[in-house]
Amino acid sequence: MSELTEKLIRDSFPDAVVETSDVFGTLNVKITPASLVGVCELLHENGFDYLADVTAIDWQDRIEVVYQLTALERNEKLALRVDLNRDKPEIDTVTPIWRGANYQEREVYDLMGVVFAGHPELRRILLPEDWEGYPLRKDYVIPD
Amino acid sequence: MSSRIRTELVEVNMGPQHPSTHGVLRLAVTLDGEVVVECHPDVGYLHRGIEKLAEMRSWIQFIPLTDRLDYLASMLGNAAYIYAVEKLGAIEVPERAEYIRIIMMELQRVASHLVFFGTMALDLGATTPFLYSFREREDVLDLFEMVCGARLTYNYFRPGGVSRDLPAGFAEKCKAYIKKQRSKLPEYDDLFTNNQIFIARTRNVGIISAEDAINYSLSGPSLRGSGVAYDVRTADPYSIYDRFDWHVITYPTGDVMSRFMVRVMEIRQSLNIIEQALDALPEGELKYKMPPRLKLPAGEVYHHIESARGDVGVYLVSDGGEKPYRLKWRAPSFINLGALNSMVKGWKVADIVAILGSLDVVLGEVDR
Repeated sequence: MSELTEKLIRDSFPDAVVETSDVFGTLNVKITPASLVGVCELLHENGFDYLADVTAIDWQDRIEVVYQLTALERNEKLALRVDLNRDKPEIDTVTPIWRGANYQEREVYDLMGVVFAGHPELRRILLPEDWEGYPLRKDYVIPD
Repeated sequence: MSSRIRTELVEVNMGPQHPSTHGVLRLAVTLDGEVVVECHPDVGYLHRGIEKLAEMRSWIQFIPLTDRLDYLASMLGNAAYIYAVEKLGAIEVPERAEYIRIIMMELQRVASHLVFFGTMALDLGATTPFLYSFREREDVLDLFEMVCGARLTYNYFRPGGVSRDLPAGFAEKCKAYIKKQRSKLPEYDDLFTNNQIFIARTRNVGIISAEDAINYSLSGPSLRGSGVAYDVRTADPYSIYDRFDWHVITYPTGDVMSRFMVRVMEIRQSLNIIEQALDALPEGELKYKMPPRLKLPAGEVYHHIESARGDVGVYLVSDGGEKPYRLKWRAPSFINLGALNSMVKGWKVADIVAILGSLDVVLGEVDR
């Protein structure tokens, strides 16, 4: 099943796929940031109707955003990954495709400082609005 | 003439201290008369930075913190984390421990849904059902206390097992509880579910279509109340749920009533699972020893389970050390709350309480 999905992405966006891996049976596809919205629209049209999770990891040389998708009808899981420049992490929002991304992207922005371009209301959600810094970054200094 | 009457939109704050918000939640509501125009949840009052705290603790030390997210279903918080750790570390679990876990997880689901039943009734102005459901929940808490000494924050699951075996007499007491709970459920229905006022307040109120529910990433009973048969226990099987005879509950309408009924019917399903697990529980002592120091291989895993409120996902990244490099907690309450605005628009201000209640959010989990 996941071979078909990989082929679908590769056929439609030949330059988008950076690498693929298998994480405990789930296909993980790393794509270029510029192709994210296009790939997401393609996947959404092809059954991936459920955005389970959005999160980000600070690898200290880059920030990686990970999207966990599910195609409910055929019970297929897929993770999309993008590497962002740590000094200026910015990526297009997927909220127009999955409205469930709204809160999740706000959370990633709030705690990791990733800017989601085009997001309808990108502001802090868990922390106070005047909070400084992004706590889940590895170089964040915890205030006393 | 009436269209020329000048009306002004009014902003109203519900919360952060409000009995019907189930915790510390502020709703910034814009009203046109009594009709809701916008409703924006303001969350974060209970934010403790759980994900950052995880990076400073060993894999084992994080277990008690999982109790403090969804504090009405702590066993399931334990479970979500431990299953992820076991998957990443390829840790085997003895049969008996797996059966004990099933019993605990489903007892927890029942206890959590009982709280929902009581608070939903309370939200709509009926105080007695709350007393009924808390009376029965007390028995579940007694069972948990018997097993692990705690009534709310259990810290019971361990990588590779559970912290201790079932005490003598547990099975009998648990079976007596199941019998009692089953006999009480029709009483709940007589008192509340079939009550005309309750039906009028919930039927066809706050409808969300299956398509929208999926698009908003709703999960758990809130998604199944829109007719989507998505339950992680069957969709992405974990533990030994496939050994028991039970089925996923759905209701088609997507209104408050549907979400309510899903939970009420799930209580019965969970009782069936517990009963079967008690009967099939392997004999003998639980042989299990926790390693004093746990290291997980470098790598990552995303594992999810069906909690009482929905799809709890745990994303672990390990660098091979004794602590998580990164831990992300997918909190279904948080994501479900994201759909509230679209669900209450156009309804009366009094319906906000009913619709919010039907999402059954726990703020400890929303804010993390």
